[in-house]
Amino acid sequence: MTQMQVTAEPGVPQVITTRTFDAPRDLVFRAFTEPELLVQWLGPRKYTMTIERYDARDGGTWRYLHADDAGNAFGFHGVFHGDPSPEGFVQTFEFEGAPGNVSMDTLTLEEDGGTTTVRTNSVFQSVEARDAMVASGMEDGMSEGYDRLDELVAQLVATP
Amino acid sequence: MEHSGTDVGTGRPAPSFVTELDAVFGALADPIRRSILARLTEGEASVAELSAPFSVSQPAISRHLKVLERAGLILRSRRSTARLSHLRAEPLREATAWLAGYRDFWEESYERLDELLVALLEERTDRSQAGDPTGRSTS
Repeated sequence: MTQMQVTAEPGVPQVITTRTFDAPRDLVFRAFTEPELLVQWLGPRKYTMTIERYDARDGGTWRYLHADDAGNAFGFHGVFHGDPSPEGFVQTFEFEGAPGNVSMDTLTLEEDGGTTTVRTNSVFQSVEARDAMVASGMEDGMSEGYDRLDELVAQLVATP
Repeated sequence: MEHSGTDVGTGRPAPSFVTELDAVFGALADPIRRSILARLTEGEASVAELSAPFSVSQPAISRHLKVLERAGLILRSRRSTARLSHLRAEPLREATAWLAGYRDFWEESYERLDELLVALLEERTDRSQAGDPTGRSTS
């Protein structure tokens, strides 16, 4: 297992993450594409995930909800492009709270000696959309930019 | 369905919050502006004081301060002829709270996936020992 790495290049509307899992690729692939497995891990434990549909094939659609204890529910949906294979898959991703803001996510799985590295590449509609929606401050692996943010915030939090 | 405020599930924010974050992160994108903010954590400072560590002009520093002010990250006041800048921590706290939410979403998800994969591997080993040549779960 490695720490999740996040890279957001300046001026490019995409975010790349990588994370290595201590399992062969076919199992990791199943965990990403079989709804009865996906529902067991996607999202923090404090949310209840409900998968309304998850049709992992070319043109297939998916929709799921994350609900908290207070009854707030957050919906997400998208479409698979191309048939998913153990080498990876492509899908669109849209948060229903911000309709029309869509990212295209490419996920690739590489096996090496019984471990599998999952790489995600999310492409947004503009650099601004990326910066606002996801990328800007994630600390590890940022190629530019916000490496001082944590330090800064630690100072701010320590300041009464 | 409730969509107000930040979607803490994935850190994907509601649209009005996006606009505010845009300004904050736009302001934070520049290393000089981040250095200015770091300096201001030690207390208020004048333009001359803020310019001192950099090989850029005071007017250039003033332009950076305007960007920070528009993003709500600093407040400016006067001490006789000097304009003083003060840090405003709240937008930064909000921004990092949101970012932490996004990062935490995936880190916790992937930790759960680690656990699931351990269980799937054990299941496969059990089946393989039981003589199932595919080692695949049929559930």
